Amino acid sequence: MEKQASTSILSTRNLTIGYDDKLVAKNIEINIHPGELIAVIGVNGSGKSTLLKTITKELDAISGEVFLEDLSLEKISAKEISEIISIVLTETHFSKNLSVKELVTLGRHPYTNWLGVLSKIDKDAIQQAIDLIDLQDLADRKCSSLSDGQLQKVMLGRALAQDTPLIILDEPTTHLDLYHKAFVLKLLQKLSKTTQKAIVFATHEIDLALQLCDQIILVNGGKVIQLTPENLIKEKHLEHLFPSDLIQFDAVSKSFKIKS
Amino acid sequence: MKNLATYFWIGILVLILSIILNISLGSVSIPLDEVLKSIFHLDVTKESWQIIVVDYRLPKAFTAILVGSGLALSGLLMQTLFRNPLAGPYVLGLSSGASLGVALVLMGSSLFGGVAAGLFLSKWTLVIASSLGSFLVLLAILGASFRIKDTMALLIIGLMFASLTAAVVSVLSYFSSSQQLQQYVFWSFGSLGNLSWVEVGILFLFWLSGIILSIFCIKNLNALLLGEHYAKSLGTHLRRNRFLVILATSLIAGSITAFAGPIAFIGLAVPHLVRQIIPSSNHLILVPAVLIGGAILMLLCDSIAQLPGSGLTLPINAITSLIGAPVVIWLLVRKKKLLF
Repeated sequence: MEKQASTSILSTRNLTIGYDDKLVAKNIEINIHPGELIAVIGVNGSGKSTLLKTITKELDAISGEVFLEDLSLEKISAKEISEIISIVLTETHFSKNLSVKELVTLGRHPYTNWLGVLSKIDKDAIQQAIDLIDLQDLADRKCSSLSDGQLQKVMLGRALAQDTPLIILDEPTTHLDLYHKAFVLKLLQKLSKTTQKAIVFATHEIDLALQLCDQIILVNGGKVIQLTPENLIKEKHLEHLFPSDLIQFDAVSKSFKIKS
Repeated sequence: MKNLATYFWIGILVLILSIILNISLGSVSIPLDEVLKSIFHLDVTKESWQIIVVDYRLPKAFTAILVGSGLALSGLLMQTLFRNPLAGPYVLGLSSGASLGVALVLMGSSLFGGVAAGLFLSKWTLVIASSLGSFLVLLAILGASFRIKDTMALLIIGLMFASLTAAVVSVLSYFSSSQQLQQYVFWSFGSLGNLSWVEVGILFLFWLSGIILSIFCIKNLNALLLGEHYAKSLGTHLRRNRFLVILATSLIAGSITAFAGPIAFIGLAVPHLVRQIIPSSNHLILVPAVLIGGAILMLLCDSIAQLPGSGLTLPINAITSLIGAPVVIWLLVRKKKLLF
């Protein structure tokens, strides 16, 4: 790491993750810095979600520590975490009766008073979030009338309104067609650079992630490594990611090819 | 916001008109001006009119307001907590608990050997039995809410309680006399008209404490619209919030059931009706809106139940559903789906 660990937004030290009856990965050392776009990749069931759940305190670590800035995750309250980490999930069980603007407004929840009344700062942050990802035209629509791609944008807008230095997304491109996949990831890249927020997302789009991300976190076979896309390819970590009978990684085109 | 203020004032206006309509109708026909004179203690042509208005119709109108607004709010709280448009104030089994309490008092005597059966027939006995029943169910649900992580499981436990108590009531009914059975059935019809001012006062205190608790839940209820995961990521203390919401609902719905019987439908229908009118999902706006809406609907239902022009009074529980169900069906057909 060329950057100092102290400037990182989130870091882990000797972290072991898993469930009561199943250890998923150990000795995890990751560092996330402002302005970085980071993809978490790995095969199905490798533990991407477990990792994301552990660093957002949804799940307790088995051992080791997660630090948000300089503070241990164990010692800070849900309220404090909500001012550092915002999340975007794949689930869409929220009330579809919400208008887009109302949904984005809910991102200000950690900052509003006990009745949830918006201050000038809150209103500005909401407007800024709406402007940043061009939601103006959708603002008064009900969520029930939106497409999957639009919903994903709106949920991202909500996370932006929460105005946290770190945004974590769980598979933001599922259910989207190829164009919208590229669109969402490109948007994430732009946001990470313009707002200097760190954006971490779990994804199966390894090809796209290799082209766009600053860092890749690879979860595979009980190990977690964090490298730049170049080094990941150079050190041949992707060659054995999948069983080699059907697909293989082509280092030149930085993509997976079906074996002929 | 200007728009919402207009809705609010229109709501208040309709509420006042409903109150006037409600107290001017009844089995004895009293001219409207005489009704208003009685309220403000002016000279009334007949003294009996003043007694009817002040001691019977006014407390009944107040009860209707408390019952309607309280049940509507409980329904909203439950629909948001369980993120389920079918939830109502009684999903957690409160009315079942109350029914069981009342059934034990009214019909249990034949099983338990008719101990002091005559004593049991005062109104307060029913209120206490019903409260105890609701309270026991409340304790069981709150206990479960601390152990259970999944809110949906709580909903199912509530339904199971309802089945269990309904079964016990069936067994009791099977062994009771037709007279006892009739008393129980009459209780289950619900009634707004039996309360004295003191009882209205007690009901008001429970109602008020439930409302105050709900106001503290408003912000977290908004977060819950996103689902529990998001709500947690926004810093919401899920279990504490769930506890407060259940406690508020139990205080309101439990006390209402104790005094007025299990009133169906209002709690389920009013939040949906209000959502069709008010263009907002913010509970800061929805809470006062369902309070006003519930009170209006209950007053209107009660006015109809009086069967204007006749001496008959229909069971309020039947009227709420007779009026409410077609309205909700009409909304469903028109809007295609009910969102919560």
